[in-house]
Amino acid sequence: MTERKTSALPVQVQMLSKHFGAVRAVDDVTFDIRPGELLTLLGPSGSGKTTLLMMIAGFSRPTQGSIRIAGQEIVHLPPHRRNIGMVFQNYALFPHMTVGENVAYPLRLRKFGRSEVEERTRRALDMVQLAGYDTRRINELSGGQRQRIALARAIVFEPRVLLMDEPLSALDKHLREAMQIEIRQLHDRLGMTTISVTHDQREALTMSDRIAVFSNGRLAQIGTPTELYEKPESRFIAEFIGESTFLPLKPTPRGLAYGDQPVRLAEELPASGGDSLLMLRPERLRLVAPGSETGSGEEANLFQGQVRTVVFQGESLLFEVVLDGGHKVSVRMANRSENLRQLPRAGDRVALRLERADARIVRAEGRA
Amino acid sequence: MTAAAPLDTSAGLEANRQALEHGARTETRMRLRLTLPALVVVVVLMVCPILWLLSLSLVGQDGRLGLENYALFFSEPVYVEMFLNTFLIAFIVTIICVLLGYPVAYLLAILPPKWSGILMLAVLVPFWTSGLVRTFSWLIILQRNGIVNKSLIGLGIIGKPVALVHNMTGTVIGMVHIMVPFLILPLYASMKAIDGNLMRAGANLGSSPTHAFFRIFLPLSLPGLVAGMIMVFVMCLGFYITPAILGGGKIKMIAQRIQESISLYPTWGPASALAVLLLLMTALCLFISLRLVRRLASGR
Repeated sequence: MTERKTSALPVQVQMLSKHFGAVRAVDDVTFDIRPGELLTLLGPSGSGKTTLLMMIAGFSRPTQGSIRIAGQEIVHLPPHRRNIGMVFQNYALFPHMTVGENVAYPLRLRKFGRSEVEERTRRALDMVQLAGYDTRRINELSGGQRQRIALARAIVFEPRVLLMDEPLSALDKHLREAMQIEIRQLHDRLGMTTISVTHDQREALTMSDRIAVFSNGRLAQIGTPTELYEKPESRFIAEFIGESTFLPLKPTPRGLAYGDQPVRLAEELPASGGDSLLMLRPERLRLVAPGSETGSGEEANLFQGQVRTVVFQGESLLFEVVLDGGHKVSVRMANRSENLRQLPRAGDRVALRLERADARIVRAEGRA
Repeated sequence: MTAAAPLDTSAGLEANRQALEHGARTETRMRLRLTLPALVVVVVLMVCPILWLLSLSLVGQDGRLGLENYALFFSEPVYVEMFLNTFLIAFIVTIICVLLGYPVAYLLAILPPKWSGILMLAVLVPFWTSGLVRTFSWLIILQRNGIVNKSLIGLGIIGKPVALVHNMTGTVIGMVHIMVPFLILPLYASMKAIDGNLMRAGANLGSSPTHAFFRIFLPLSLPGLVAGMIMVFVMCLGFYITPAILGGGKIKMIAQRIQESISLYPTWGPASALAVLLLLMTALCLFISLRLVRRLASGR
């Protein structure tokens, strides 16, 4: 925290497009990245997130649009003039050089003095906790170590912006989760504006200040992890970030209803058109005794149904409940002793309780 | 397989152990049986003839065993000169092949598949054509009144025809034409194996395209380049037809000398001795350069 730099720069992407023939890989995307922010580009494969990163790095030429770092247009600059650090998906470490030579590569190019090169290389290796590895060969390193060296090489020359292309996808699950925290902490120390690409929503939630979600080349929503999780603007976001099931609601004179049952909502509904869907997060539903009624003053909704399956998943239990209206809903229950006392079994009738504050509506879009 | 005894008895475990050992033995035998045909071919068609050649080279004119045939070569400077000449030509051809072949292999490696396919065909079609046909074609093209001399005179670049054939120049041109694919193919394979992201990483870290080429691509393509050079050099050492035709009798390589020895001497001895010397030198070259390749491949 003490090394925090003040030189973090903003990045602006404006009306950026990349067309491959008739295919719009990136389609008119505009967003700002704040100085010192860690922004994650998230989306399924083919959503345009990687193409966007490649355009920022300079490896892919946009069809149109503008990319600016600290107000300076870089869209016409070749990659070697952009001064942007990048961690490649497969790390792209030079196999014919040692660890030290890899990390020193950008420094030698920048004509630093010998002692300066050594000092900065040492500091960068220190920062990724691989001090003393200078003379190792790349093929002697484990996947996690390669990842760190790639990171050290990308930050050692203090680039204006740091890019990361699926930096953790080649690591196994445990290492990946540890590295997510580590990268986040490193980012907090350096304060460098960072853009990361991933298709792993949990990685995005763990590491990012903000997340930009892409779908079919377009920016679907940008916001903090909490905003995206709690207030998704579309069914796509609600499905892509976290788990959700949806109940179609019908408008009635007294508000929205599921079948005949009025639904108490967290907030007034936006008047905009489109069918409304009630978003149900599995961990926000509670299983209660069947037939329970909510009093008229109570701030909750109850849906009656029948348990179809119960799956033990370690830290939690996942129930699949079929509502009387015929919709399947997932419910997650923490694996705690007080929950396990009266565990419903497959075939049991249950009621699902949804607090009013958790009753969120998303628009169905065309593909509901 | 047959034992149905419960596993917790030692008899059951013993039966399993025997069955597993039997399986392992069967597998080893099977592998040997599969290797046998190739082994027989190599022994009958390669090891035996070479041993025969060796024994022939040790029989003197008078039918007695000895190193007489070898002494013959070291006593006459013309043989030493011819050996040097052979190595010199092989060296020159190798260098020219590198200069011509490296850019072609590079293009093959970086072009999109559609174009690299066409280019590859351009490399392979001559490769598939008979060396004899190509050698005679060069004779026609390079002769005094050939298309090259006529064109150069027509363009006013030279006043009278230059000697492009029946000398070292012609020999080298013909050999390079035949050998270039042997350099390109292994080189291309090693270039294809270079991760494209490495050049991108170089650019990202600040290397201009030229700098990244010399600092990243070239070093990583070296093992393939050296492998191709060895192939070209070693094959050049044994060339016969091309230097015989395009050298016009003025350029002598070992293979020609071997042929002459056969017609010159009543016994096979001298020719066999020459062949053995060529074989030994080729093996030595191969040995040295393979060590070099191994060192390159494992990093400096």
